[in-house]
Amino acid sequence: MSEIPAELRYRQSHEWVRVDGDVAVVGITDHAQDAMGDLVYVELPDVGQVFAAGDEAGVVESVKAASDIYAPVSGEITEINEALDDEPELVNNDPYAGGWLFKIKMADDGELKEMLTADQYQEQIDSE
Amino acid sequence: MSNETTLIFQHSRPGRSATAQAPKPVSEDQLSAIPASLRRKNKPGLPEVGELEVVRHYTNLSTKNFAIDKQFYPLGSCTMKYNPRGANRAAMLPGFLNRHPLAPASHSQGYLACLYELQNFLKEVTGMKGVSLAPMAGAQGEFAGVAMIRAYHEARGDDGRTEILIPEAAHGTNPATAVMCGYKVREVPVGKDGDVDLEALKEACGPQTAGLMMTNPSTCGVFERQIEAISKAVHDAGGLLYYDGANLNAILGKVRPGDMGFDVIHMNLHKTFATPHGGGGPGAGPVGVSQRLLDYLPTPMAGLDEESGDYHWIDTDTLPTSIGHLSAFMGNAGVLLRAYFYAMVLGREGMIRVGEYSTLAANYLLKRLEAIGCQAAYPDRRASHEFILTFAKLAKDQHVTALDIAKRLLDYNQHAPTIYFPLLVPECFLIEPTETETKEAMDDFIDAMAKILEEANTDPDTVTQAPFTQPVRRLDDVKAAKELDLVWGE
Repeated sequence: MSEIPAELRYRQSHEWVRVDGDVAVVGITDHAQDAMGDLVYVELPDVGQVFAAGDEAGVVESVKAASDIYAPVSGEITEINEALDDEPELVNNDPYAGGWLFKIKMADDGELKEMLTADQYQEQIDSE
Repeated sequence: MSNETTLIFQHSRPGRSATAQAPKPVSEDQLSAIPASLRRKNKPGLPEVGELEVVRHYTNLSTKNFAIDKQFYPLGSCTMKYNPRGANRAAMLPGFLNRHPLAPASHSQGYLACLYELQNFLKEVTGMKGVSLAPMAGAQGEFAGVAMIRAYHEARGDDGRTEILIPEAAHGTNPATAVMCGYKVREVPVGKDGDVDLEALKEACGPQTAGLMMTNPSTCGVFERQIEAISKAVHDAGGLLYYDGANLNAILGKVRPGDMGFDVIHMNLHKTFATPHGGGGPGAGPVGVSQRLLDYLPTPMAGLDEESGDYHWIDTDTLPTSIGHLSAFMGNAGVLLRAYFYAMVLGREGMIRVGEYSTLAANYLLKRLEAIGCQAAYPDRRASHEFILTFAKLAKDQHVTALDIAKRLLDYNQHAPTIYFPLLVPECFLIEPTETETKEAMDDFIDAMAKILEEANTDPDTVTQAPFTQPVRRLDDVKAAKELDLVWGE
């Protein structure tokens, strides 16, 4: 059973968002990291880059596959998790804390309402 | 099986040599043309070993190989069929082998005649109007194909076309090719039955569409049934259709890409036309085109003067609109000759049997594997020459993954199929038996799969810890990807 923290919001493409004021912290879910297998490389956006919700913002790569990461909300990148350069396995070991990917200063926090709740995301996984 | 685990360098002892292969000493005279500053000061770091040690070392290594010469090799998407030895013999005839690439056409009439006939044969079997044999491999064929699409739009001053459409079930190299040629990629979704979502495709088509790249049958292992509607939608928007020949084996002699409406196709001679494959080449990726793209074919090509009966090279001096050369000379001569031989031996009737038997073999294997409890990814569809199984349920219930089953197959002396491709099916196997395997060889594979499925349910550790009988156990592929080290020594 993969872990799905109740306080986070989710995107169908398996990103999670933690809201901290007007900043959204973004990562990939426990389910996603498990499906990918051991990550060997994480490509992150640059600080200052601006994305619309749904834009490709990065790539995670495992020995099995490479998968695009989409910006769950619109806004500007304020910080990236540089530790992932040397230790992409942080995403596997600690997907909801040490394995976060990037932070976005949200342009419109109304977009959060369109994201999935933990229960809805659980339903999506169960139906896959 | 050998336990050889050393590198040839580790056998090196000063002064040992294989006389037959040692280079002849070079005199100071012969070196005089090379400036002193460019000459090396130290000996190259080559191993010093005797002939017998070399023979033993590599013979022992070769016995560790999984190869089509030893095992069933059902690597889906790759068409790892058997390459007839006769084709190899023909390409090794001294007249071919010793021909210099700069030899004039008048001294190369036999070779040019083979290429000319091969061009015509490939035109006929694919239904295209022109063929160039110049691309050196599948990826270069793709590049040439999309470069021609670009040249076509540019020649018409139609420069607002910036996008290439690619269905999810396309071959993995297609998006890379489109980007290499300066296009943006727009992905088109695929429905639950493996066919393209036609409504989504129609929505995606527009004045920005340069073309669509697709594989048919797709990497889902099914034939795209709406191909005529897809072709119409793309052509109506002013785009061109690119056919990736990765799965041509399934339809060889039965359906022609030209008749489906494709404007450009690349063929992998190293897949469909039984020339060596794997290990990084050499390959051959000829391109075929419709009327629209004839002027842009890469050169050189083989031409025939009907009056004199002489063959010659067609190059950019007579075809200035060509996208030009793709290599120093023209394609991989040896590979093209093998394909020529293969085509001539099979003929029209043989080509039809290739499509029929490769499809029959795949469907036999699929039905038998379903009967022993394997889950097909597209159970309602007939397989083309390959098909997909998914082990998602087994992974959930028993924590036995597609990777585990693939590793366990090695213990049963079977080369594992392609795993985790295409990406849109979780925990999948992509299996392609090809027309060159016997029923007995496929039955052995089915027996092995039945045993592994039983183990997965009764003794999952046997599967998750496999392989047990190979020279090495599970390799640390994560470490290999992160800390790639290919250099021996300091």
